[in-house]
Amino acid sequence: MRSSIFPTDLHMNGHSRLLRIQRASGALRVLRGLFAPMLLAPVIACGPAPAPPAADALQGRLGLTGSSTVAPLAAEIAKRFEAQHPEVRIDVQTGGSSRGIADARSGIADIGLVSRALVGTEQSDLQAHPIARDGIAMIVHASNPVPQLNADQVRALYRGQWRNWQQAGGPDLEVSVVNKAQGRSTLDLFLEHFGLQSREIRPAVVIGDNEQGIKTVAGNAGAIGYVSVGSAEYAAASGVPIRLLALDAIQASVDSVRQQRYPLARPLNLVTRGTPGGLAAAFIAYAQSPAVHDLVRGLYFVPLE
Amino acid sequence: MRETATPLAAWGATAAVLAGALWMLIDVLWRGAPGLSMGFLLEAPRDAGRAGGVAPILLSTIWILAVALAAALPLGLATAIWLSESTLQRPRLQRAVRLSLDMLAGVPSIVFGLFGNAVFAVALGMGLSILSGGLTLACMALPIIIRTAEEGLRALPPELRLQAAALGLRRSRIVLGLLLPAALPALLAGTLLGIGRALAETAALIFTSGYVDRAPQSWLDSGRALSVHIYDLSMNVPGGEHNAYTAALVLMALIVAINAATQAAARHWRRALSWQDPAAGDR
Amino acid sequence: MFRWNSDRALAAVTGLAARLAAVIVLLIIGFVILQSVPALQELGPVRFFTDDGWYPTGEVAARGYNLAPMVVATVLCAVGALLLAAPLGLLVAVWLTEYAPAALGRPVEALVGLMAGVPSVVYGLWGLVTLVPLIAAWQPPGASLLSGILVLFLMVLPTVILATVAALRAVTPEWRMAAAALGMGPTGALWRVVVPAARGGIRGALVLALARAIGETMAVLMVTGNVVRMPDSLFDPVRTLTANIALELAYAVDLHRSALFVGGLLLAALVAALVLAAERPREARRHA
Repeated sequence: MRSSIFPTDLHMNGHSRLLRIQRASGALRVLRGLFAPMLLAPVIACGPAPAPPAADALQGRLGLTGSSTVAPLAAEIAKRFEAQHPEVRIDVQTGGSSRGIADARSGIADIGLVSRALVGTEQSDLQAHPIARDGIAMIVHASNPVPQLNADQVRALYRGQWRNWQQAGGPDLEVSVVNKAQGRSTLDLFLEHFGLQSREIRPAVVIGDNEQGIKTVAGNAGAIGYVSVGSAEYAAASGVPIRLLALDAIQASVDSVRQQRYPLARPLNLVTRGTPGGLAAAFIAYAQSPAVHDLVRGLYFVPLE
Repeated sequence: MRETATPLAAWGATAAVLAGALWMLIDVLWRGAPGLSMGFLLEAPRDAGRAGGVAPILLSTIWILAVALAAALPLGLATAIWLSESTLQRPRLQRAVRLSLDMLAGVPSIVFGLFGNAVFAVALGMGLSILSGGLTLACMALPIIIRTAEEGLRALPPELRLQAAALGLRRSRIVLGLLLPAALPALLAGTLLGIGRALAETAALIFTSGYVDRAPQSWLDSGRALSVHIYDLSMNVPGGEHNAYTAALVLMALIVAINAATQAAARHWRRALSWQDPAAGDR
Repeated sequence: MFRWNSDRALAAVTGLAARLAAVIVLLIIGFVILQSVPALQELGPVRFFTDDGWYPTGEVAARGYNLAPMVVATVLCAVGALLLAAPLGLLVAVWLTEYAPAALGRPVEALVGLMAGVPSVVYGLWGLVTLVPLIAAWQPPGASLLSGILVLFLMVLPTVILATVAALRAVTPEWRMAAAALGMGPTGALWRVVVPAARGGIRGALVLALARAIGETMAVLMVTGNVVRMPDSLFDPVRTLTANIALELAYAVDLHRSALFVGGLLLAALVAALVLAAERPREARRHA
């Protein structure tokens, strides 16, 4: 029905339409790209679209929200999934594991992204589908020569008892403690591992996403922070001036997480309310399959065998 | 002593402010210009926005603005007519409407964000979407649009009304057929001001139109506005500063263009008025 | 029977629109209050000022909801910015109206107009990339109350200048002539006649600027470090009420979400109180 009104080349998903815009030379094509979605909008917005005759193909829309650690991986997997199923669109938004839990519970998201195991009441109404393993690394600026920290030293730094890097065997430089915002699973795991309380910590900067933590540490020679091992190794490998520290003499790295030696490790989960069905189930099965292990490794996480 | 101190202080203060302003503007120009190209405008962002361009983000921005205007313009115009036409209003009610519009203009943008998130995104089930973001911005831009349109309508020479009424035209014909077209430049200026305000907005959009940096396919899709893109690149993406600055340059160019168009419309409006009534031209 | 009458239709449609437009602000306030109620009921209003900190997640018994440090940070940032912007803005406005050569005055005024239109996120970007590292090199960590004040100052300055210029220009030339007739020099006339005559407009400019500074989110969020703490010095990081909402609304649930709306309510109340306080003397004078 729609194709009788609109040229068929407008029935494409976001990616291919963008490609068209990229390639388009004439202003007309760009304009058409701009307005075609507006024309289509009422059709799409008016309730569920009628199923096309080809019923075997997956189609529809999935919303994923939550952990900023899982989000980049989920986005990569989603891209590949979309490429295989052109009628599917998957939107990924970050906001922390708490949001993943909340949105999966309320139904705002089809799948929540959670960078830790489910705890307490979460286990009763939610299902976790692990897709990778990750750790939490202590990071400093690349110019900071301190090679490693033990748990006591981390506590001294985060409690504000040590205010200069000399006390940790480093240069004469003021310490800037970078802490995660409330409601972030990385914060909870960090506190639990070191036996710290939120109230004890004297931060200089509070950050949200992993990337913001990495960026903050990269921009401040005296900073110390903690972020996902995968995100940190990825950033360090692409030239961001940060360094991952050894914790209790074990280097934070994808290898030590894979060998299950690194002490501060965690699963990365897709979370659904109850048993997923249809498109969500298909996506989760794909995200857990060996077909995406290269993507998991590409983002410096550890695939599940 | 005082006769020289004041001009000295005024010159000094101006020089300092000028230096600060130029520092910032040149900084944005200097860091943003190298990344600017046709490709930046026509490509999708890659690698979380470090590479590639802003095409889908411009698209989302235009969509959000279109929704905002589609909601705010009819409402704003009708309200402005009601406020400016003496026989349509009751004084007490008029004062109440004016007061509430003044209050609306003073609401901090993050509170609009709270409202939009609670009402459009959650209560009305629109989710984080173009529609939620656009409607939130419509609420924000409404006072500006109404005020400028009302001023434009009021500034029309009263003879226009009287002569038309003497010809026996209906009030509705006078308003819709005569006054609105005559005040068109002012209405345009108000609309442009509203667009400028909406374009510059970030805080109200993060929790209404969301973060998704792909081209929206319907108005229930989430879409990232240009200002939100700048925020995300600068805060959350290591190595994203270059493209943040380039995106900032694009945003500022858009706003400068809109400001210039607003001023042109205002000039045109004044000229049109002075042609009808020389005294009004000096306002 | 109802007879179609285009005049009546116009009155009905525009009247409906006006009422709808007027109701929006009530809807906003109503919804923010509605969403605040769970937290206000469960915790009581006092805890938002007496708890030992802002710990809205985690174990229920260990939670804290103190908004006071953020109220203080909001006020300090806004007032600090205004303390800088008011004198400087007045001097620049005086320069523009009294001393500027035409060839210089026009471009400067255009530049100020341009600065007024720069989106706050661009001020924030500049502050984050340029200003914060400068302060960090002097007094780490850089992201601080001071950087918040400076960025806000730059942001509200154009508003102060443009509105003050308008107020000064609105003073009729007769006032100056009268001052000259009394034997005042141009500077004396300026400070003792023209500026006092423009007092109302200048006050309006400052109130507008202060309200904008209190309500600003992005520019502040990007440069203040966002640590919830009572600042001891200008170099301490702070978090404002607006930043708190922007940072945490994304994942806040239940009481935490409701507590953020309490913050929004507080913010709206702060701005409303300011506008009302400024409105009152003006109203009084108008009726005098």
